[in-house]
Amino acid sequence: MSDAIDLLLNTSLWASVLRIATPLIFGVLGALLCERSGVLNLGIEGIMTMGAMSGWLAVYMGAPLLVGLMIAALCGAMLGLLHAILTVPLGLSQHVSGLGITLFASALAYYLYRLLVEVGDLPPTIEPFQPLDVLGVSDIPILGPILFSQALPTYLALFAVAVMAYVLARTPLGLAIRMTGENPHAVEAQGLNPIRIRIGAVVVGSALMAVGGAFLTTTAFNSFFPGMVQGRGWICIALVVFASWRPGKALIGAVLFAFFDAYQLRLQTAIEGVPYQLFLMAPYVLSIVALVLVARRAEVPAALMAPYRRGER
Amino acid sequence: MRLERRTYVPLYLVVIAPLAAIFTALLLAAGLIAAAGVNPLTAYGEMLTGALGSRLSITEMLTRATPLIFTGLAAAVAFRARLWNIGGEGQFFVGALITAWIGHSLGVPGWIGIPILMLAGMAAGAALLAGPAYMRLRFGVDEVVTTLLLNFIVILFVGLMIEGPMRDPMAFGWPSSVPVGGEYRLPDLIPRTRLHIGLLIAIAAAGVVWLILARTVFGAETRAAGLNAGAAAFAGISLPKTIMGVALLSGALAGLAGSVEVMGVTAGVTTTMSPGFGYAGIVVAMLAALHPAGVVAAAVFVATVFVGADAMSRATGVPSFIADVIVALCLLTMIVALLFTTYRVRR
Repeated sequence: MSDAIDLLLNTSLWASVLRIATPLIFGVLGALLCERSGVLNLGIEGIMTMGAMSGWLAVYMGAPLLVGLMIAALCGAMLGLLHAILTVPLGLSQHVSGLGITLFASALAYYLYRLLVEVGDLPPTIEPFQPLDVLGVSDIPILGPILFSQALPTYLALFAVAVMAYVLARTPLGLAIRMTGENPHAVEAQGLNPIRIRIGAVVVGSALMAVGGAFLTTTAFNSFFPGMVQGRGWICIALVVFASWRPGKALIGAVLFAFFDAYQLRLQTAIEGVPYQLFLMAPYVLSIVALVLVARRAEVPAALMAPYRRGER
Repeated sequence: MRLERRTYVPLYLVVIAPLAAIFTALLLAAGLIAAAGVNPLTAYGEMLTGALGSRLSITEMLTRATPLIFTGLAAAVAFRARLWNIGGEGQFFVGALITAWIGHSLGVPGWIGIPILMLAGMAAGAALLAGPAYMRLRFGVDEVVTTLLLNFIVILFVGLMIEGPMRDPMAFGWPSSVPVGGEYRLPDLIPRTRLHIGLLIAIAAAGVVWLILARTVFGAETRAAGLNAGAAAFAGISLPKTIMGVALLSGALAGLAGSVEVMGVTAGVTTTMSPGFGYAGIVVAMLAALHPAGVVAAAVFVATVFVGADAMSRATGVPSFIADVIVALCLLTMIVALLFTTYRVRR
């Protein structure tokens, strides 16, 4: 048991927390933006898979790493556009469309990967993002490795949280997005087009999700393999509820979650005699528990999942 | 242009919509097959003969269709009441697991043991969906996320059981559970093939589900709850009771899928025994427009794509992931097609 406590004092545990949180931060921000505008995007798992594959593939074919992230964002945006067209102007079930996007995007990612990449015994690899030395202080004890020697996408994720929080809370655009999720009719009365706002939010949100997926293949790992997203998308959907649709809380949720994930990974080796599957289950069980705890007082956007049709109430 | 809800859906649209959706999906997938440098017509030809070209391939296809009928029914029943059960995969696995567990040491003859094992599988599946349904009713937790996360939990649990308490010492190296007793294997429908009487049970289940939905008060309440929950509640229908009833029925059907698959095909449980039956069931249900009779036809179609794609992949080199692409495209094109059956486009 003292081993379990020793682990908590280990710097490498805390350094890995931000790294594990990064794809979740991107994913939860993307899902949050979609939902704030009133559209549930269950395509997230597939969009992340597509982002992981396309970002990796671009780099594998010779693009710089940052261009890889952009290609992933573009692929995510296109899948988001598909989801937006089906659910916003056509008003189809957001649940079913999102699941369709997930099934389609995952299958397409695996198909294209097999088609375009020669896979031998081992999956081919790329040179991933390396840890940076931010402010030249990554050597300082404890804080250095935890905060100042992450890879570039992690800082991008933190930056995205700040931008999202600012835009949603402080700008007219953010107000319009939030209002579209609460009451699209009021938005239209203001002379704005709720349909365009929703499409825009879903496209941008899906691009963010895809970048989260691309983090897995361009930073955390250096290859792509089927099943690598492993339910992170669904966990992001749970985290949005946990964060009650606020970017700042989403960051906290993602970091908390990543901490438990990093901790269980290390506990597996520290505590013997417990089947490793129990540790692997913990993140999923934790997501469900978190949902139950906060669901009662969750401030769900009032128009979430309600299709908007002009003049129809 | 605007959409106007149809008051009456003509029969020809009900038949044409899924066919048009499948045709469109095959057309879109043809582009991806062409990108692999293969003539799409050749590829689809190989797919068709691979699934329907011989006696053996047809029985293989029907063997694959059997669990899809159950999981398709499970999704259809739930979606009708707007209970988004995405946990068919997990319910399939608990059904399979409990069947293998009890079926390994149950000391009764087959004719009584098989029904007991089926009931156990159904109970396990129902119990697994009752949790998320309760969490939705009691705490307002979206069942999509809970049922999905449970899939991951269940598959890890299956791994835990077959590496630990239920490990089959006779299965060298390959983790598998202990098998069900020989007297609990479902009889073959056609000798020397894998096709078992589970197919007939699945078709019978579709009939029973149709009867429940079309001919009982519960079925009417289900439909009302799905169409307009507010109006249904106003009309005096107890939504919690209806949703819970639907959850139990849906979970039981998915659990039965796992139970029948174990007794009919695999005997023991492995973590890879389902190539996504639970998820494919969602597509089957949508292609069937949530109708039980349509589920049987849609399951046969999806099984044809899955079984045929393997043969096509071997013959032409097109990655077999194309099967999942086609099935997912069918789901997307079908929801658009359904839009035209429920709405009329007006200028």
